[in-house]
Amino acid sequence: MMDKPWNNRAWLFVVPVLIIVLFSSLVPMMTVVNYSVQDTMGQNNFFWNGVAWFQGLLDPTTDIGGRFASALVRNLIFSIVILCLELPLGIAVALCIPKQGWKVGATLVLIALPLLIPWTVVGTIWQIFARQDIGLLGAALNAIGIHYNDTQDPTSAWATIVIMDVWHWTGMIALLSYAGLKAIPDAFYQAARIDGASRWSVFRNIELPKLQKVLVIAVLLRFMESFMIYTEPSVVTGGGPGEATSFLSLDLVKIALGQVDLGNAAAMSIVYYLITLTICYVFFTIMTQLDQRKGV
Amino acid sequence: MRIQTRTIVITAYLLLLFLPIYWLVNMSFKTNAEITGHLSFWPHHPTLGNYGHIFSDPVWYNGFLHSLSYVFLNTIISVALALPAAYAFSRYRFIGDKHLFFWLLSNLMAPPAVFAMPFFNLYYSVGLFDTVWAVALAHCLFNVPLAVWILEGFISGVPREIDETAALDGYSFPRFFVKIFLPLIANGIGVAAFFCFMFSWVEQLLATTLTTIHAKPIVAVMTQVYSAAGMDWGLLSAVGVLTMIPGAIVIWFVRNHIAKGFALGRV
Amino acid sequence: MASITLDHIAHAYPGAPGAAPHYALKPINHVWQQGRAYALLGPSGCGKTTLLNIISGLVIPSEGRLLFDATDVTRLSTEKRNIAQVFQFPVIYDTMTVAENLAFPLKNRGVEKNAIKRRVDEIADLLDLRPVLGRRARGLTADAKQKISLGRGLVRSDVSAVLFDEPLTVIDPALKWELRSKLKAVHQALDLLMIYVTHDQVEALTFADEVVVMKDGAVLQIGTPAELFERPAHSFVGYFIGSPGMNFLPATVAGREARVQGTVFDLGASYAAPANGAKVEIGFRPDYAMLHANGGIAVQMLKVEDLGRRRLGRFAIGGGEAIATLAADADLQPGDTAGLTIEPGHVHLFVDDLRVEGARA
Repeated sequence: MMDKPWNNRAWLFVVPVLIIVLFSSLVPMMTVVNYSVQDTMGQNNFFWNGVAWFQGLLDPTTDIGGRFASALVRNLIFSIVILCLELPLGIAVALCIPKQGWKVGATLVLIALPLLIPWTVVGTIWQIFARQDIGLLGAALNAIGIHYNDTQDPTSAWATIVIMDVWHWTGMIALLSYAGLKAIPDAFYQAARIDGASRWSVFRNIELPKLQKVLVIAVLLRFMESFMIYTEPSVVTGGGPGEATSFLSLDLVKIALGQVDLGNAAAMSIVYYLITLTICYVFFTIMTQLDQRKGV
Repeated sequence: MRIQTRTIVITAYLLLLFLPIYWLVNMSFKTNAEITGHLSFWPHHPTLGNYGHIFSDPVWYNGFLHSLSYVFLNTIISVALALPAAYAFSRYRFIGDKHLFFWLLSNLMAPPAVFAMPFFNLYYSVGLFDTVWAVALAHCLFNVPLAVWILEGFISGVPREIDETAALDGYSFPRFFVKIFLPLIANGIGVAAFFCFMFSWVEQLLATTLTTIHAKPIVAVMTQVYSAAGMDWGLLSAVGVLTMIPGAIVIWFVRNHIAKGFALGRV
Repeated sequence: MASITLDHIAHAYPGAPGAAPHYALKPINHVWQQGRAYALLGPSGCGKTTLLNIISGLVIPSEGRLLFDATDVTRLSTEKRNIAQVFQFPVIYDTMTVAENLAFPLKNRGVEKNAIKRRVDEIADLLDLRPVLGRRARGLTADAKQKISLGRGLVRSDVSAVLFDEPLTVIDPALKWELRSKLKAVHQALDLLMIYVTHDQVEALTFADEVVVMKDGAVLQIGTPAELFERPAHSFVGYFIGSPGMNFLPATVAGREARVQGTVFDLGASYAAPANGAKVEIGFRPDYAMLHANGGIAVQMLKVEDLGRRRLGRFAIGGGEAIATLAADADLQPGDTAGLTIEPGHVHLFVDDLRVEGARA
């Protein structure tokens, strides 16, 4: 890392990436910024509107502000809930993946499968599975006397979305953790055996510390994805019942493409993006600094 | 004792993973009459009618072709562009390199919903709207940074002495890059391609927003079934089952690299 | 604890049924005594690590029994064997302090708190770890980490044997000597049975009371460093021990004399005629062979190498080549004719690679 030569011609290698990402990211972002400070009276007739959209958005007493604040809170709760479920479950699954033989490959393929199903189809699978008339889950729950209806009852809707996300993404945490576990040399387990450590102690003192870096990545990726979740709930619940599962992206698309309320949508896009960036940045900084301080 | 616990946990997990998928497969072999008639754990009157419908209707199978074309286009573009950039980040220091790297990664954190509307305007104005190129380019937003990140990690694992030795042996840089370097990081390229394929294949919001008729992806065609009066559950299930197949094939090919590949980038 | 007995221990990895077993470790029969340090020495793939793993319980031998004193531990799990092990790469618990690392094995065994503290302090003093006791273990240097690994083994008062698996691999060359003398000091202070695996003869010869030289899964010789040097039982031992190794020249033998293509060597003892067709060689160490300006056996100089403290000369003899030490006053250049003398009693006879003892009279 330290002894990398200084060479500004390396920029030439980066130019193609720069162009394509600028085209895909900066140009659209400018459009958004542009909309966020203007208002329109109809067809292509814009005028300067200052920070009015942002003021409305960030003030929870206004209509749009309240809507945004509640979607934000809902989304944060969702991200935290699925992280709390997927992280331990993923690690547990990784610990239980067979050690050798054909079973390893087979298990890994099966665990990875949900990750490669188009998100619409994930939604469809659960939309069908959860229905109380034709779905196994819905029918079974109602048959044993639990009131469950994911299109009418907010609790059922939340449960369905959360379980669907756990079903969809635990595999990724499991695969990341498995990769981390594979990197631990056998000598550590042998030493622990000699030291008379219990299974829990091996997990607590060897496996978990060695997994730390992988888990930071896993948490970041999962947080990002769950904070942007759109497709699956839009298929299963459409954000309902009412606003119960209306997360930030769902709300944004509703405002932007449904109501074509460009000013609000643009302001919301920017705030939404900045919040995501800030949370990821803060989390990453805290984790890396914690890591460095421990080394001393 | 411990071996038993492990087996029970992993078997239970895989079973729960498979129940919803099984249910989809189960429904795809039923007629709509049987689906809505009564709940059954396997098709009592199995039919291939749903699949037959998909393969005989060009809207459906073209949807598949559109999806696969933009996924392949995107994978090739992303990896090809990311390779030199990842090499530069891994081997050299240059003005603004760190900021650039983090700016690239920050695009991974951009919610696609934020970009749906401006992308629509952008691709409409450059005349790419409703082509597979629009989707392929739009997916570069997150796949290019991801590929740079993964490849940078793999390239940093190759000792720099190899570059220098090749230069001393009189290899020109392009020849060295293609003949010596690419084979060395073949695994990394495979892993990066796998992730690009994966994220492009599963994404729906942008793919749907940027197409109407001529490049409509399979996931967008699926939404037609919703709006039609009276859901065609059997057909929907059959499409769902078919969309799982390309992913399953790709995983099967990379199964031996999954463990390593998931230890992404600079982990 | 007094001894480790290897009772016809052998190990073959399971192969095709009916096929002759391919031994990773050929049968070995030996007793290792308390208070002594043993080194398992050999090139990689010689079976030394397999033998170590059998003792630590990682591998169960396919044949034979392993006894700790009189107890058969062949099938006992690692944690029940009361052994300590230091691995090739430092194994420490990242999240714990040095003191917590050292206390870990005692804590797991439910030792009382004050007793743990006393014992940890004792071991920390012995290994010079006292100043870093409160530090996180992961920030320390590789040699300090290896000392912690060793310390974790030593804190247990019931430990039967300490196993070392090439423990100096990742240590800075300048610190290797220091850590090795620390190991020796610990060995003397604690009166433990120590087993040390290495492929480095200097490490083996300086550390061990007895060295077990292995090759291709077989033990070639077990002996003190001096025995290995003076009377190698196998030509490989002669070649592997010493730097440079022993010279070997094909020869014919009659009584007290060996002939290498017409050149006669005095063997200092008389030998029976070897069986027909056997491979017969004489071996002598460069350390006991001198090259002079004249006198002795006339040989053709090929190359001179100045090592500072001594000079070595390579020369042609009997169709082969050999190495000897240059006499201090001999000014020899390649191409010169030199005179070779060998100290009496230092020419050995090897028949089919095994050293044969002659009758001294």
